[in-house]
Amino acid sequence: MIKYLLQLADNALILGHRLGEWCGHAPEMELDIALTNVALDLTGQARSLYQRVAELEGLGKDEDDYAYLRDAWEFRNALLVEQPNGDFAHTLVRQFIFDAYNYHLHHALTQSKDEWLAGFAAKSLKEITYHLRFSSEWMLRLGDGTEVSHAKLQAAIDNLWTYAGELTTPNEIEKELASHGICPDLSQLKTAIEAKMAEVLAAANVTAPVGAWMQSGGKDGSHSEHLGFILAEMQFLQRAYPGLEW
Amino acid sequence: MFATLIKIRLHLQRNFCFLLQPYQIMTSVNLEAIFQSKIDDEVKIEPKDWMPDAYRKTLIRQISQHAHSEIVGMLPEGNWITRAPSLRRKLILLAKVQDEAGHGLYLYSAAETLGADRDELVQQLLTGKAKYSSIFNYPTLNWADIGAIGWLVDGAAITNQVMLTRTSYGPYARAMVRICKEESFHQRQGYELMMAMSFGSPEQKAMAQDALNRWWWPALMMFGPHDSESTHSDQASKWKIKRKSNDELRQNFVDVTVPQAEYLGLTVPDPDLRWNEERGHYDFGKINWDEFWNVVKGNGPCNRQRIQARTKAYEDGAWVREAAMAHAEKKEQRKLQPEAAVKAA
Ligand SMILES: [Fe+2]
Ligand SMILES: [Fe+2]
Repeated sequence: MIKYLLQLADNALILGHRLGEWCGHAPEMELDIALTNVALDLTGQARSLYQRVAELEGLGKDEDDYAYLRDAWEFRNALLVEQPNGDFAHTLVRQFIFDAYNYHLHHALTQSKDEWLAGFAAKSLKEITYHLRFSSEWMLRLGDGTEVSHAKLQAAIDNLWTYAGELTTPNEIEKELASHGICPDLSQLKTAIEAKMAEVLAAANVTAPVGAWMQSGGKDGSHSEHLGFILAEMQFLQRAYPGLEW
Repeated sequence: MFATLIKIRLHLQRNFCFLLQPYQIMTSVNLEAIFQSKIDDEVKIEPKDWMPDAYRKTLIRQISQHAHSEIVGMLPEGNWITRAPSLRRKLILLAKVQDEAGHGLYLYSAAETLGADRDELVQQLLTGKAKYSSIFNYPTLNWADIGAIGWLVDGAAITNQVMLTRTSYGPYARAMVRICKEESFHQRQGYELMMAMSFGSPEQKAMAQDALNRWWWPALMMFGPHDSESTHSDQASKWKIKRKSNDELRQNFVDVTVPQAEYLGLTVPDPDLRWNEERGHYDFGKINWDEFWNVVKGNGPCNRQRIQARTKAYEDGAWVREAAMAHAEKKEQRKLQPEAAVKAA
């Protein structure tokens, strides 16, 4: 259970961190505000989840111990969320793939037999519903907009699609928890997620690579090279000056 | 009751002016007299009201400078978002920098009510034609800088902006009311961060002192040149755009801020700073105006980097904005000609 909560939390934390990198640099101010909104929501969700983990573990740790004092192999986020921002098309495709998954996941988690998790999912679902609407709309804008935007969107899909599969392929923890009704069976959820993706991709007039190889490992702590740098930056103060209140 | 009377009076005055305006024979002298009497009577000038060209220009310049400052101001603080040392601080900082983007947006909209075009204003920023607050040309070098900016820079901004909530141009005054609420929130959060640092470990306290040393003087410079040197002051105060002088505002800020620094146990980097019983104010040392003008001219530590960062965001984002516009147009056309769209598909 703790590992599963950490997986949810790490996804939110790392993607929120990436979105925070845009703050002040986005293509337009409205977009800057919107991306920061998503970063705020995700970071807030991560915070609740780490607090819950601390409570369950009962080791006297707090939320920041999980975010700032674990090394890369202890992080359980999917590979997708740690991928660099790239151009706006890459950020958007990363966001859209994640939102489509995250929306259906949280929708299902509202039915979790774990009462806390069901409550958390219900609360987060409102935010995630907005994220999915935001990223879907922008998929349409870029797909339909100009030749340039269409080409950039397609290129981002081609680059990032390899990280989509991990989200919907259950690892041992997810299989185990699904058998107890704590989290949904991802193989069942997969249909709904893929249908949503197909719908938006078709509307945006872009295509997913057929039969792409799907990378995996992040959920079990085996990451891409990017995560180490994210953590080096994020954890700098906590590591350089251990044990202080900030 | 009193408020109602004032409202009625304002109502009458507005209608009176409205009736007068269509008369073409009115000389500009009359228009100007009516305009000035509204200002003298504390009636807000609204976008559709007649106003002198110079008033309009002054306001566009001031409001857009203010908007640019909000947007450029996102950069020094944004610099620490990915290094914020706790989740709570990270959320506060993200929300703060986002607020500044929101301020930029309201202000550009206020400038647009005067007939300015946001895109043109942004161009003026990127080409260096328009200025922004010089304070943002200083770097953020340690985490306490985030606290110092909230405390001192937002603090100085509030001192200025509280006055601007009563400025004569309606949309600007109203934008300021909203912005001021958020700025004072930023100021408190910044001070709270400074408290955590000042009362923390010796290293944290050293960071706080270092931040105060670097931000104190630039914060005082934010109020602009001495009244005796200031070029815009006279007309701006007659038009009640600016209702207090630079030096008055600066003195207010020093008087409020010095005790706050004392509470933190930090030393304000000014050997001449002392309470003057007679004046009822703090006396403070000479501001280095050479540094001020040098930074204004573009030679601050980060002028180049700030404009480069904004230019990069603008240029890299061009294709995104174009796509959004093209999509909106296509959508509109599809709505108008659903059949043509179907045939084309
Ligand atoms: Fe602001
Ligand atoms: Fe602020």
